[in-house]
Amino acid sequence: MFTSVFASVLPIKNPDVQSTDTPLLAPGQGGLLLGADGNGRDMLSRLIWGARVSLEVGFASVAVGFLIGGLLGLFAGYYRNWIGKLLAGLFDILLAIPALVLVLALVAVLKGDPSQDEALPGVVILIIAIGLVSIPLLARITRAQTLAWSQREFVLAAKAQGAGSGRILFREILPNVLPAMGYIALLGIGIAIVAEGAAALFGASVNPPQATLGVMIDAGRGDMEDAPFVMFLPIVVIFFTVMSLNFLGDVVRNRFDVRESAL
Amino acid sequence: MTDPVTDPAPTVAEPEVGVDDLDVAIQDDHSLDLPTVAPGEVLLEVEDLHTTFSSPRGPVLAVRGISFELRRGRTLGIVGESGSGKSVLSRSVMGLMPSNATRSGSVRFAGNEILNAKPKVMRGYWGDQMSMVFQDPMTALNPVLRIEQQITESLHEHIDLSKKQAHDTALQLLTSVGIPEPDRRLRMYPHEMSGGMRQRIMIAIALACGPKLLFADEPTTALDVTVQAQILDLLQSMQRDRQMAMILVTHDLGVVAGRAHDIAVMYAGRIVEQAPSKALFGAVRHPYTEALLRSIPKLEMAKHTKLDAIGGRPPDLVHLPEGCKFAPRCAYAQDVCLVEDPELTPDPADPTHLFACHFPVSGVGTAVPTPVAVAAPVSSSPAPAPIDPEVSA
Amino acid sequence: MAGTGTAHLRAPEDALLRVEDLVVEFHTGRNQTVHAVTDVNLDVLPGETLGLVGESGCGKSTTGKAIMQLPSPTSGKVVFEGTDLTSLGAKELRQVRTKLQMIFQDPISSLNPRRKVEDIVAEGLDIWKRGSRAERSEKVDEMLLTVGLDPDVARGRRPFQFSGGQCQRISIARAVITDPQLIVCDEPVSALDVSVQAQILNLLEDMKAQYGLTMIFIAHDLAVVKNISDRVAVMYLGRLCEVGDPDVLYAQPAHPYTSALLSAIPVPDPDVRPDARQTLGGEIPSPLSPPSGCRFRTRCPKADEQCRDEVPVMRKVADDQFVACHHPLAPGEVVTTVSLAGASA
Repeated sequence: MFTSVFASVLPIKNPDVQSTDTPLLAPGQGGLLLGADGNGRDMLSRLIWGARVSLEVGFASVAVGFLIGGLLGLFAGYYRNWIGKLLAGLFDILLAIPALVLVLALVAVLKGDPSQDEALPGVVILIIAIGLVSIPLLARITRAQTLAWSQREFVLAAKAQGAGSGRILFREILPNVLPAMGYIALLGIGIAIVAEGAAALFGASVNPPQATLGVMIDAGRGDMEDAPFVMFLPIVVIFFTVMSLNFLGDVVRNRFDVRESAL
Repeated sequence: MTDPVTDPAPTVAEPEVGVDDLDVAIQDDHSLDLPTVAPGEVLLEVEDLHTTFSSPRGPVLAVRGISFELRRGRTLGIVGESGSGKSVLSRSVMGLMPSNATRSGSVRFAGNEILNAKPKVMRGYWGDQMSMVFQDPMTALNPVLRIEQQITESLHEHIDLSKKQAHDTALQLLTSVGIPEPDRRLRMYPHEMSGGMRQRIMIAIALACGPKLLFADEPTTALDVTVQAQILDLLQSMQRDRQMAMILVTHDLGVVAGRAHDIAVMYAGRIVEQAPSKALFGAVRHPYTEALLRSIPKLEMAKHTKLDAIGGRPPDLVHLPEGCKFAPRCAYAQDVCLVEDPELTPDPADPTHLFACHFPVSGVGTAVPTPVAVAAPVSSSPAPAPIDPEVSA
Repeated sequence: MAGTGTAHLRAPEDALLRVEDLVVEFHTGRNQTVHAVTDVNLDVLPGETLGLVGESGCGKSTTGKAIMQLPSPTSGKVVFEGTDLTSLGAKELRQVRTKLQMIFQDPISSLNPRRKVEDIVAEGLDIWKRGSRAERSEKVDEMLLTVGLDPDVARGRRPFQFSGGQCQRISIARAVITDPQLIVCDEPVSALDVSVQAQILNLLEDMKAQYGLTMIFIAHDLAVVKNISDRVAVMYLGRLCEVGDPDVLYAQPAHPYTSALLSAIPVPDPDVRPDARQTLGGEIPSPLSPPSGCRFRTRCPKADEQCRDEVPVMRKVADDQFVACHHPLAPGEVVTTVSLAGASA
C-alpha cells in the first residue's frame, strides 16, 4: 500500500523533491521526527544530506558512463570493421570483471596515499570509479541499438544522398538511440546508488563526516541491536529512491517512444 | 542441386488415403459432442457482426455490421485493402480476439451460437472444427519445435491417439500437402525450410484434425508468384476433397477470381458488394470494386498506360465520414451519398448479387481487359501530366 | 536462364549507365558464399526506364544496390556517364551520389521516424549546402507540392503521421530534390495497397516526364513492371534470363521461366481457370550452391544435359528481345506443367 502511494506520486516529481519528501512520509519516533544516530545527529537531516550525496554520485557517475560509453557504443555499432569488433570485444572483457571488485580496486588506486595533499575529494573518486564501471554496460546497450537502427533503410537513403559518416551517426542514428540510452541511464543511476552502498560496506566510500546513504548503513551496523532504525532507514530511502528512478525510466520511455506508423 | 532429367517426380500423393483414415479417427474419438453437418448445408451464419477495438484515440470500428452465410464445400473470398476489416472479420468469427476488442451480433457454427462462447468451449472448436492458415508461415510456426511436434500437438489436443498413430497421421498429412520426403521433414525445424514448404506445413497443421471450416488469411502474400500458384492450388484441392467450407481472405482480386465460389468485397469494415464469382466479375455493380479492378495494372495493357488510380485513401476507422464511406473517393458520388450510408441490398435482376450503393455502376462486365483503362495508352515520351491534385492532410 | 553474355547491350556511348559483369557475393559465417548476383550485364539509355523483375532471391534488389554502390559489388564495372563508379574513392563517390538516387520498398523504414518531413526532404540540399536556407525551404515546398502533398500540413509532421502511400511520396520528393539523373526504385509499390499503388506508379511516370529522369524499376510484379518500363530484364537466382521490350517479351516469352512467371500471375477473371494454367513446380534453389550451367534447369521442363554443363549465353531472338537459354520457346509454345521435383529447400 505504502509502495503504491509512492509509485503514483513519485514519477511526476523531480528527483530533488523526492529526496526530501521520502523520509517525511516514513513513520517517526523519538524526540526528533526520525530519531538520531549513534552520534546524536539528526537522522532526518542526515538522511536528506546522505541521499543528496548518493544521488549526486549516481547522476554524475552515470553521466560519465553515458557520455563515454554512449559514444564508444555508437562507434562500435556503426563501424562493422575491425574498429567495431575491437570495441565490442573490449566491452565484453570489461563486463566480465565483477563490477564491485573493479570499483573497490579503482577507489583504492585513485585514493592513493591519503596523507598527500593532491588527493581528490572522496565524492569525485567515487564518481570516477562507478562511472568507469558503467561505461561498458552503457556502451553495449548503445551498440546493440545502433546496430539495429543502422540496418534501417533511411540510413541507406542518407548514404545515397552523399551524407558522411558523422552526419549519419549524429543526425540519423543518434536521435533514435537516445531514448533507449536515457532509459537505461535512469536505471543506471539506481544501480550506481546501490553500488555506492555496497562500496561503503567495504569502506570505499566518502570520508567522514560527510555521509552517503551507504556510509550511514555501514555506520548503523554497530548499533544494530539497540537501534535497528539507524541502519534500516537509509535502506528504506535507497529502496524508494531506486524504485522511483525506475518508474521515472518507464515514464521517459513511454513518453519518447515514437510510433512508427499511424494505427 | 537435383538433376531435372533424371530426378523422379514425386507428385502430390493421392490425398484420399490419408484423409479417409483421418476422418475415421476423428469420428471415433470425439471428446466434445459437436454436431456434424451434411455436405452442402449451411455451416456458418454470421449476422450483423460488429467488432470494435478500444484505442487511445477512441473506438476503432473495424467490422461494422457484416452478415453472410457459408455452406459446406463452398469457398468465400473476402477481398479488401488494409484497414478494410477483412482480417479482423475472420478472427472475429473464430473468436481469436485481443482483450481490447468487443464483438456484437451473432455467429452460428453448425447451428450453435459461438459469439459469446466461453474460451473452454471455443478450444473444442479451434483446430478440430475450424482452423486458420496465417499469412506469414515463419512467425506462425514455433521456431524451436520440430515439425512433428507442431503437427501432432493439435491431434493430441482433440483426438486420443497413441504416439505411433500420431506419427503416422502426421506423415500422411505431409504427403497429402505435397511435401517430398515427409519422414525427414518431420524431424526438421521451420527455419530449415523454404517459405513455400513452411506454408504447406501450416496447411497440414490446420488440416490435422479435419476441420469443417478453414480460414486462409492472406495465405500467399508472403510467397513468390510461382509458389503462390502452388499453394492456392493445394488449398483448393484440399477444400474440394474434404468438402470443407473455406474463407479465403486476400487483397488481390486475382487470387480469388478463379478459386472462390462467392466473393465479398470489403471497404471500411463492411461488405460493399457480394456475389458469386462469375456474377461479380461479369457485372461489377459497386464503384469501389470497379475502381479497384481498374487501378490494377494488367499484363494486357500496353506499357506506360496511365492507370485509373483511386484518389485519396481509405477512411480513418476512428473518425468515419457520414454517409457512404467510399463517397469521398467515388467518381459517381452525389449529395445523398455523403449523408446516407446505403444498405447491402440484392440486385433486382439477380438476387444473388448484393451491393451497397445509391448509384451502382452499369453492370457491364469490367473484367479484364478493362476497356476504359486500355483506351488511353500514353506514348513513351509523355507530356508532363498534371500532378495528381489529391492533397492529403 | 541463369545466363551470361552481352548481346543485349547497346552501344556504350549511348548508355547513361552500363553495368558490366556485375558479381555480388556475401560471405556467411560458415565459410559459405552467397552468390547473389553473377555476371550481370545491363545498360540504361538516358530517359529510359529499365524494369528489373524476378522472384525473391533473384538478386534484383542486390543489383540495384550494387549500382548505387551500397555496398560496392564484389567485381564488375558500373559505368555511369563514362565513369566507373567502382573505381572511385570515397570522396569522389559522395560527389556522384547526388546524381544517383534510390527509392526504397518499405516506406516506413526508409524515413527516419525522429525527423520532420521538411528535414527529410531537404537532406540532400543540406548535405551539399545548395542555395540559401530560404531557397532550400522554397524548394522543399515545391517538391512536396509536386508529389501531391500539402506543404503547409506536411512540413512539420513526422513520418508516422502519414500513410504508406504518403510516405512513399515523401521518399520520392527526397530523391528528386537534388535533380538526379538516375533513380533506382527498389520495389517502391509492393508494400502499398492496390488502390494506392496506381497513384504512386502514375506519380513516378509524371515525375519522370517532368524532370527528365532515367529509372531502374525493380519489382516482382510483372504487370507493374510492364506498365512503367521501356525495357524489361528478367532475373532468376542471380543471373539474367531474358531482356526485351515488354510488349514483345510479355506477348511471346522466349525463356521458359518468363513464360511460367507470366502464367502464374493470378488474373482477376473467373473464366481463366487456374487449373488450366501451368504451375511451375519446386522452389528457387539456395544461392549458397546454385545449380551448374543454367540455374533454372532444376525447375525447367525443357532442361537437358547441355543445360547442366553450359551456362547459356544471351542471344537475340527477335527485335529487341534477347534470351539466355539453350532451348528458347518457339513463338506460341508453352511450357507444360512441371512436377514438384526440385522442391528440396
